[in-house]
Amino acid sequence: MRPFDYLRANALDDAASKAGDGAQFIAGGTNLLDLMKLQVMTPETVIDINNIDGLDKIEPHEGGLKIGALVRNADLAADPQVRRAYPVLSRALLAGASGQIRNKATTGGNLLQRTRCPYFYDPAMACNKRDPGAGCAAKGGVSRMLAILGTSAACSAAHPSDMAVAMRALDAQVEIRGTDGATRTVAMDELYQLPGETPEIETSLKPGEIITAVILPAPQPNATQSYRKIRDRASYAFALVSVAAVVEMEGETIKQASLAFGGIGPRPWADAQVNAMLEGETPSEELFGKAADTLLAEAVTDEGNDFKREMTRRALVAVMREATGMAPASTGTDKVEALA
Amino acid sequence: MSDTFTMDEAQPRLLDETKQGLVGAPLDRPEGKLKVTGTATYAAEFKPEGMVHGVMLRATITRGKVTGFDETEAKKLPGYLGLFHGPEFVRNPAQGMAGAAPVQPGDRVDYHGQPIGLVVAESFETARDAAARIKTSYEQNPGAPVDPAGVELELNEKRESIQGDLDAAMEKAAQSVDLEYTTAGHVAAAMEPHAGIAEWKDGRLVLHGSLQMVRFNKEELADAVGIESDKVHILAPYVGGGFGSKLGISSEHVAAALAARELDRPVRIVLSRQTVFDAVLRRTETWQRLRLSADASGKLTGIGHEDRVSNLEEEAFSEPVNAASRFMYGAPNRVMRQHISRNHRTPTGSVRAPGEAVGTFALETAMDELAEKLGLCPVELRLRNIPEKHPDTGQAYSARALEDSLREGAKRFGWDQRPETGTRREGEWLIGMGVAAAGRANFLVPSAARVTLSADGALVETDMTDIGTGSYAILGQIAGEMLGLPIDKVSVHLADSDLPGASGSGGSFGASSSGSSVFLAARKIREQLADKLGCKFEELSLGNGEVSGGGKTAKLVDLLSDPISAEGKIEGGKTAKSHFSAGFGAHFAEVAVNEVSGEVRVRRMLGVLGIGRVLNEKTARSQAVGGMVWGVGSALHEELGHDPRTGHIVTRDLANYHVPSHADIPREMEVVFLPERDDEANPIQSKGVGELGISGAGAAVINAIHNATGVRLRHYPATPDKVLEGFANGR
Repeated sequence: MRPFDYLRANALDDAASKAGDGAQFIAGGTNLLDLMKLQVMTPETVIDINNIDGLDKIEPHEGGLKIGALVRNADLAADPQVRRAYPVLSRALLAGASGQIRNKATTGGNLLQRTRCPYFYDPAMACNKRDPGAGCAAKGGVSRMLAILGTSAACSAAHPSDMAVAMRALDAQVEIRGTDGATRTVAMDELYQLPGETPEIETSLKPGEIITAVILPAPQPNATQSYRKIRDRASYAFALVSVAAVVEMEGETIKQASLAFGGIGPRPWADAQVNAMLEGETPSEELFGKAADTLLAEAVTDEGNDFKREMTRRALVAVMREATGMAPASTGTDKVEALA
Repeated sequence: MSDTFTMDEAQPRLLDETKQGLVGAPLDRPEGKLKVTGTATYAAEFKPEGMVHGVMLRATITRGKVTGFDETEAKKLPGYLGLFHGPEFVRNPAQGMAGAAPVQPGDRVDYHGQPIGLVVAESFETARDAAARIKTSYEQNPGAPVDPAGVELELNEKRESIQGDLDAAMEKAAQSVDLEYTTAGHVAAAMEPHAGIAEWKDGRLVLHGSLQMVRFNKEELADAVGIESDKVHILAPYVGGGFGSKLGISSEHVAAALAARELDRPVRIVLSRQTVFDAVLRRTETWQRLRLSADASGKLTGIGHEDRVSNLEEEAFSEPVNAASRFMYGAPNRVMRQHISRNHRTPTGSVRAPGEAVGTFALETAMDELAEKLGLCPVELRLRNIPEKHPDTGQAYSARALEDSLREGAKRFGWDQRPETGTRREGEWLIGMGVAAAGRANFLVPSAARVTLSADGALVETDMTDIGTGSYAILGQIAGEMLGLPIDKVSVHLADSDLPGASGSGGSFGASSSGSSVFLAARKIREQLADKLGCKFEELSLGNGEVSGGGKTAKLVDLLSDPISAEGKIEGGKTAKSHFSAGFGAHFAEVAVNEVSGEVRVRRMLGVLGIGRVLNEKTARSQAVGGMVWGVGSALHEELGHDPRTGHIVTRDLANYHVPSHADIPREMEVVFLPERDDEANPIQSKGVGELGISGAGAAVINAIHNATGVRLRHYPATPDKVLEGFANGR
């Protein structure tokens, strides 16, 4: 580990003014510390933002909820307002990491966690994300956990978060405090940048900017919410594929559908076209199959992760069957208490 | 002073006559409190004066030569003490019981991840940073095959055994199966990473090491460093898991010793988790072909088990994949054959139950397939094929619980409730049950211990290790039982290489081998007590500090004017030739398979095992359950991912290498030990348990998946994608 300066910020202004080149904010530290030990990340300064007041609250906001950036994952999952109105978020959180990590990890940190691509984690391997222009050893390597949508020649890394997938399905907005002190909000697809030729740039955050909150819009009272995660073991494994769904029925037709996917994209993956083709339609296996075709039309896979096509299709169909009432609800929908 | 006892004939069951009631009792580990309170001192938890820290430097090419190191950037760091490398450095850990240094390759690189140097600094953080800053230059050898199937294979005659004509038997069979299997590579992933602190004191090399076999390890380290073995003093009082990965000395022990000599300061090395994956011996991946032929009555006429395993050149070890296939079932026509692929993946060695852990996947799932073809219950097929004599050697079997464990297990598990294949459903979960037999050869390895009885109690001393298995508990129990002392009057001192040399922990032989030596030492003390009291040995009775026999009674303290000390030493003898001793058992599993996702959840498991005399019911159970968890892991989760170009392990941490999580293991994880005494095994009639638990456990899970879904899975681990592929290929 490289030596670094540790600074503690007591207010947002303070944090912004301390942030300079080579500085990194730290909250829960569950990802950053691992990366620093491996020297994948080598910040010269670490600015601890845990002491900043007011960022650890979950408050009503314009009919929805405003979740402070320092709210711990465990607290967010257990919050009664979240469990009642946004069960998909609670389920997604509980499907991620372990109890110990959820106690420590924060909302803002979860959004900004780095990919778990094993080639990114190993400094002996070429990685464009870690070392721009170095190449990508993951191409042609062990690809099981890599993304299949939104990738580029330079990078196939997947975003590992469960929480962010649920937030994406809920159309959450991310509140960012700029270095000038002004606050702006962006949609999640604006926060996350696709890798293209610059996989080292993962978000639209500028140096010194801080995520201060995530804003959930008012809940749709008649919608069914569901989170389904398929993984290699029952707990403490990243998603091979996950699906978050918020679906509202009107009689026999789908009034509104918002799907987001984990494990397959460089960001929590949503496809407006997929949602649109479901809306106004009568639920059927055929319809869901077509939605999966559309979702996966641009997928790029290799031998090691080609299974994600079929797995994604199955997850999408199963979630939609349950959310539309075609099949009885199972564990993971808000009609059945989660066991996790 | 001490003669070696040779196990030439069955011994009286003295432990059934003694009255203290310790042997077999589910006593707590005496060191348990130290461990759970963090006060047990593991290898890296000593702080000798002036200690410095080392980090291993790894090769980042697959094959070639190191041509130089550029330390410029490292030297800028305050506290940097240097880079150490040289002809004594070892390529990989010593194989189990080698007793000599492993390959010392000089500047040659044979695999990606090979330790090629040691970086030492005043602090661990500086050493790690310095290691990252050192630039190594190489001359690469372009011929570095890493695909096990991509090289010419070497026939391993040691594992070959052919009888009759299997091809003809297959031809004539009423039913037969001819199946291909693959299993993934595994790592032991012990909780305590590999570690050591070396220092030179009074002309001796003192090593606090995380090691399983101190008697062999001192020879290995001495040989590697180039000194006499009596100049090596190894201490390994607590070891946080081994599973075979700490059988031999490892690169960090040699490196620490050399750097400590040069710096004249103690050097501490704790391998990072990633380095454990890179540089510790793994279990090979396997390819296996399993053939079975049977007549219409379900009697096997042929068994063929062929396999391919990997290892580096110059490594004597090869996973004995067909081990269990050689003794589980009988058939007149047999082919057992192994080929070794010499490639440049990370080298392989012993990982818990080498052979049985992966070989039983093929044997025991093939038996399930054959049973289906024959229209026979899988339990019944096994019962019909229990051989009278060892099919290879013609030896008689010693105590063998195969039949009883299958019958008892079927009854306890509710096997008669097993659904027709693919018929039981709970929502989108398909439910099924599976069975597999378990077998693991039992060994007696030379072992010595000293027991001293004084007015204060008894002291057991041996270099035997306790790697979390319960050696402290059982050795104390045996001594207390034999000497009629309550357990709190017995202390046990282990894992100091200056003490009498034991078998060490490995191959499930540690408890019985070292336990026998303690038994023999205590038996000698009993002989002396009988003399002192003036009764015959057979009449002697000891209990709670009293000695009686031949109508006389005395207080133990009154007979002991001076402490009595005796050394017990055992080695295998004629019974090992006349009889084949093995643990046997049966595993039963119930699983749920998700029809949508292909995910598998084990809902309950039962292992019924015959392990001879149970020495401590609690620690034995923990061993068995641990083995069964490994079975679940190798069936469903554990997989080393090798880069197809470099061969190195890509899944080199516990986030990417999946061992079962708690949520993967059912609450109902039952173990039943059948009452058994193995008279031919050793004088305490016990057998190994740690590896029997894993043998067949994974196959029971896989067979249950078939019962649930109708899908046959032959490539492990059976991750969700493979289950879905099975669905796609038709049930």
